[in-house]
Amino acid sequence: MLTFMASDSEEEVCDERTSLMSAESPTSRSCQEGRPGPEDGENTAQWRSQDSDEDCEEDPDRYACSGVPGRPPGLEEELTLKYGAKHVIMLFVPVTLCMIVVVATIKSVRFYTEKNGQLIYTPFTEDTPSVGQRLLNSVLNTLIMISVIVVMTIFLVVLYKYRCYKFIHGWLIMSSLMLLFLFTYIYLGEVLKTYNVAMDYPTLFLAVWNFGAVGMVCIHWKGPLVLQQGYLIMISALMALVFIKYLPEWSAWVILGAISVYDLVAVLCPKGPLRMLVETAQERNEPIFPALIYSSAMVWTVGMAKLDPSSQEALQLPYDPEMEEDSYDGFGEPSYPEAFEAPLSGYPGEELEGEEERGVKLGLGDFIFYSVLVGKAAAAANGDWNTTLACFIAILIGLCLTLLLLAVFKKALPALPISITFGLIFYFSTDNLVRPFMDTLASHQLYI
Amino acid sequence: MTAAVFFGCAFIAFGPALALYIFTIATDPLRVIFLIAGKASEGLKSINPEETAPSMRLLAYVSGLGFGIMSGVFSFVNTLSDSLGPGTVGIHGDSPQFFLNSAFMTLVIILLHVFWGIVFFDGCEKKKWYVLLIVLLTHLLVSTQTFLSPYYGANLVSAYIIMVFMGIWAFFVAGGSCRSLKLCLLCQDKDFLLYNQRSR
Repeated sequence: MLTFMASDSEEEVCDERTSLMSAESPTSRSCQEGRPGPEDGENTAQWRSQDSDEDCEEDPDRYACSGVPGRPPGLEEELTLKYGAKHVIMLFVPVTLCMIVVVATIKSVRFYTEKNGQLIYTPFTEDTPSVGQRLLNSVLNTLIMISVIVVMTIFLVVLYKYRCYKFIHGWLIMSSLMLLFLFTYIYLGEVLKTYNVAMDYPTLFLAVWNFGAVGMVCIHWKGPLVLQQGYLIMISALMALVFIKYLPEWSAWVILGAISVYDLVAVLCPKGPLRMLVETAQERNEPIFPALIYSSAMVWTVGMAKLDPSSQEALQLPYDPEMEEDSYDGFGEPSYPEAFEAPLSGYPGEELEGEEERGVKLGLGDFIFYSVLVGKAAAAANGDWNTTLACFIAILIGLCLTLLLLAVFKKALPALPISITFGLIFYFSTDNLVRPFMDTLASHQLYI
Repeated sequence: MTAAVFFGCAFIAFGPALALYIFTIATDPLRVIFLIAGKASEGLKSINPEETAPSMRLLAYVSGLGFGIMSGVFSFVNTLSDSLGPGTVGIHGDSPQFFLNSAFMTLVIILLHVFWGIVFFDGCEKKKWYVLLIVLLTHLLVSTQTFLSPYYGANLVSAYIIMVFMGIWAFFVAGGSCRSLKLCLLCQDKDFLLYNQRSR
């Protein structure tokens, strides 16, 4: 039951979260147009230039655009590229932290590697007599899981299109509640059991209550940036642990592969659900869901909105990833400066000036699936650390390349495909080729 | 085996590399990327026009360190994690200094990779092909020497001697001189501290 509900809300949520948006806009394009328009930002690179407005839109799916209309192309390019490396590092750190939490838990807490049933979304068992049957079952499980995700995404897009905001917010709040309270309680219980530490119920409830309540406030309302980031990392790690525990072995790997393909399709195809979501949000010039995206910069998305009660989440300027000029017409240029100026004053400690303003955003689904890959490598690899490290490095390299592509293409890109592909390649090759070799070398103390 | 063995060996093997990372690389995001992605991040180099492009020597140093860390980690991390578990080292007659020897060997390999990286890049840049050959041969020599285990003494000592020679060579290749070394040790010339360096 718990799993069902959890998965239910989480699938959808995770679904939304898988994509990397960079907020780099094609300066040349907007400049050529001669009009200020939001550039195609993608991934969450948010810029703010001192002298111009910013068309930044926060797409829960990951997307931040930065566009400064009216700037000379060269300057825009330079500013865009200048922070490329810094953005990459700003994403390396949280992704690394999330993976460290997941791997540390997997290696120490036995609970998450024990098989205790499966999710309702993967009904076929993998305890079959033949390899062919097992493969078939895992493919069927994957099909079911991916169709559930697709259906949920489309449902979300439909809800959004028909402006059922209350429903969506209620849904998001329910899923955050579940993650922050129930899963944290279970996690804490298992960690305490592993280390044989006794804790009485009043203390436990106090701790979980405080953790969860502050988390809800930080994620859905206002809070210090670092705390919000920490909570988003924690909930991604918890979700990844749930997946690692309840997805059977082969199904997990096939699902990882399939979800990267889905991510690619959903973000890049013109009729992809995620793309439509983003476009709709841009047309309406309103922020999308704040709880689905990790932001590494000064977040005006959450916590800085104090001027406009209606757009309480953030001052997000819709951004059209497809560079369709028509939709830019809807943007109120003058509204940007207000939108972005005001929040700055609200947080003295988070002044956005010059270079500190830039940041990157990454969807939480990306965090989750990266951590699932590394966690599975840690759980399955017979206590071998080489495989885990190889997968970790593979994911970071994939993230690096994705951000590089972002800088080149300047449009929304999915963050999963490259990293997961590298991760899968490295996992299977390291586990089967490198591990036996390195084990033999290490046992004889041979160094190469 | 105790936590003391674990932490001791971990710091022996990875301490200098970690220190090098913290003091010279962690301060600059581009260098971190070079460390992880190595030469594959040439593209990122191009997207950082404001700062002066990292010099080839910096790239050599960082990629040498990256290779060294990966090599050291892959060789040693499983041994380290075994050292946390129960067991008696050398119960079947092997050397009881297994962990310590592995840790020192890992350290020398990491440092050697750093120096090899610097020297190798310089050799490629200046088209001195004999340099590449020497690097390759010394690497093979050090690796082949490890076949001498369990006679760790000769193995470790010669590996360290090779490392010292390579270190001196890399120092001069990177532009150091006796004078600059003296100034650096006497803290009289801040320009030569690596992290203040810009491209040369």
